[in-house]
Amino acid sequence: MSTPATHFNEDARRVAPDLRHRGIIQTAMGKYETVRDQRKVWFQDWQGARDLAAQTKWDAINHLDKHLEQFVRNLEARGTKIHWASTGAQAREIIFGILKAKNAKVVVKSKAMTTEEIHLNDAMEHAGYEVVESDLGEFIVQLRQEAPYHLVFPAMHLTRGDIQETFRDKLNDAPSDEPEELTMVARRVLRQKYLQADVGITGANFAIAETGMISITENEGNARLTAALPKTMITLVGIEKVLPRLEDLALFLPMLAVMGTGQPITAYNTMYGGPRQPGEADGPEEYHVVLLDNQRTTLLADAEQRDSLGCIRCGACLNVCPIFRNVGGHTYGTVYGGPIGSVITPHLRDLQDWKHLSYASSLCGACTETCPVKIDLHHHLLQNRRNASQGKPSWLQKLAFKIFAPVANRPGLWSLTTKLSRLGMKLRALVNGSVLDPARPWTKTRDLPPIAKQSFREWWKEKESSKLQAPSSREIPSTKHQ
Amino acid sequence: MTISLFIPCFVDLMYPQVGIAMVRIFEKLGHQVDCPKTPACCGQPAFNTGYWDESRAIAIPMLEALKDAEAVVIASGSCGAMLKVFYPELFAGTKYEQAARELAPRCWEFSGFLVNKLGVTDLGAKFPHKVTFHDGCHGLRELNNKRPPRDLLAKVWGLELVEMDAAETCCGFGGTFSAKFPAISTAMGDMKCTSALATQAEYIVSCDSSCLMQVQGLLDRQQKPIKTIHLAEILAQQ
Repeated sequence: MSTPATHFNEDARRVAPDLRHRGIIQTAMGKYETVRDQRKVWFQDWQGARDLAAQTKWDAINHLDKHLEQFVRNLEARGTKIHWASTGAQAREIIFGILKAKNAKVVVKSKAMTTEEIHLNDAMEHAGYEVVESDLGEFIVQLRQEAPYHLVFPAMHLTRGDIQETFRDKLNDAPSDEPEELTMVARRVLRQKYLQADVGITGANFAIAETGMISITENEGNARLTAALPKTMITLVGIEKVLPRLEDLALFLPMLAVMGTGQPITAYNTMYGGPRQPGEADGPEEYHVVLLDNQRTTLLADAEQRDSLGCIRCGACLNVCPIFRNVGGHTYGTVYGGPIGSVITPHLRDLQDWKHLSYASSLCGACTETCPVKIDLHHHLLQNRRNASQGKPSWLQKLAFKIFAPVANRPGLWSLTTKLSRLGMKLRALVNGSVLDPARPWTKTRDLPPIAKQSFREWWKEKESSKLQAPSSREIPSTKHQ
Repeated sequence: MTISLFIPCFVDLMYPQVGIAMVRIFEKLGHQVDCPKTPACCGQPAFNTGYWDESRAIAIPMLEALKDAEAVVIASGSCGAMLKVFYPELFAGTKYEQAARELAPRCWEFSGFLVNKLGVTDLGAKFPHKVTFHDGCHGLRELNNKRPPRDLLAKVWGLELVEMDAAETCCGFGGTFSAKFPAISTAMGDMKCTSALATQAEYIVSCDSSCLMQVQGLLDRQQKPIKTIHLAEILAQQ
């Protein structure tokens, strides 16, 4: 039976040894790391900035009710229609209601992970709408009928050759693999769509309570066109995106840019405060903001892991994660991949169905170390493991640990185990690395060191029982590798 | 000072020379070494797998065995982090929480203990080789042990340290992770080995035998010309 866990394991086994994939991601990430580190030093005190960002987000989340009320009040005052969606299905219904009322046929979208989260594109296409992603990376993966590979770089896994091929197959227009020429192809297609579109759908990077504004940060100007050209604009925003004050953006916009792409600031930073006001030259006639819960309040109720709602979706934890780099974004089978996805997906979806993501980590902590809002990511993976084991233990594992405890605790049993291990090792060596080898998950690709002829505890016992012998007169047993 | 030395299970069985080297070093510095009757394991495998009750079944006798210890040195950054950082979390809200909190500041990883507690960097060791250093993740990020091993290596006669690009990147061991997700673990290890080989060092040095087991296991299988060695083994070379 295919489950999220079997899907993950199969894909991981296929992608991890794929050297072409590894090379593409290494190259992309190598450039990212260099520029990110160059920009980080532009902050007077990067660690201080992280502390402030974490504190700001923590306060925002702990007073979410108050900030959301203020946010909504301010938006409504300028004529925006607010919708509350408890679930993804509700959010889709709300959006479909707007599309029907506007008699929409063509929908243009700017990049929004929340729309991925509620599978909006599939639903809209299924219902007969023409849906066009306007972010270049999203446009490319949409043409390929793939999910975004990465929170920030949806087409990170593709070379320019791959993109040329995609454009040739799907658009019949691919003059070369030069990025400029490929961009011009996309631009020609997209310009028409902006003009045809009845409705524009966006996500949000931040929701500013103080002013009732949506902050969108982007590099291509496509979100501005998505917002400005169609008569109706819809923004689907997770309730956790709230920031209390406008001035908070002075920290969060450069922080998001530096950690997301290594830019000092993203090219276009726009605030959307409502539909076109009397006397204004442009903007949508109608503006709808859909506030999405979709289990975020479940996470809010979890005192241990609530900080993960502070995520600004910069993708920095994915970029440094050795698991992500080796299995790639699609293997996760979730909208939110990488460490943050492994932490929150069990909460947003189902713990038992998605617990494998929390186990698929060496707990190295590179994610926690880099996170600009200081989410305790790798420790949350440990908590997910604990919760999953408590909820539905593997009896085999539980039994193994139950047997192991007295063995580890009693010197006599440990000494016996040491001797038995030596014997077991000799027997195992006969089938080393084969399907009969009980250590095959290890020995298929790696050698296993032998059990030492004399263990440390055996040596120590001997040393203690021959105290008369001067300790320094004995040689250190030579190691295998010296 | 009396140093209580905890030798974790896999070091005991597969890398006894690492523990022996530590005993030699501490005795040479004039300290008393004791190996109290602790459990053979710190309980990390059960803890990391999510079986906290089973982990506590090992960690409780550990707390009892070490309650009067002046200083506890753990022959692994990873197991060191378990005692120092994760025991307080494991016992939070239980009657052992206080004991776990009292033990934590007395626990040290080997290199951090030498440099930060004893204030020693020069052990008069000689090791005329070109080496590169692998930061074990727990030692680096849970115990903040970036400097100590490098300060110690800097004083070894004849030793040349060449840093690899991926020094701080996980080797892919991760305990049971290496057996549960062997393909990912192997890919991570390969990247570590590639980065280490690029330095043309003769040895990969680390404070964690578990990382070295992963790296050496791959190197041996692929017959690559670089060896692994624990920091303590180098410092014991006179």
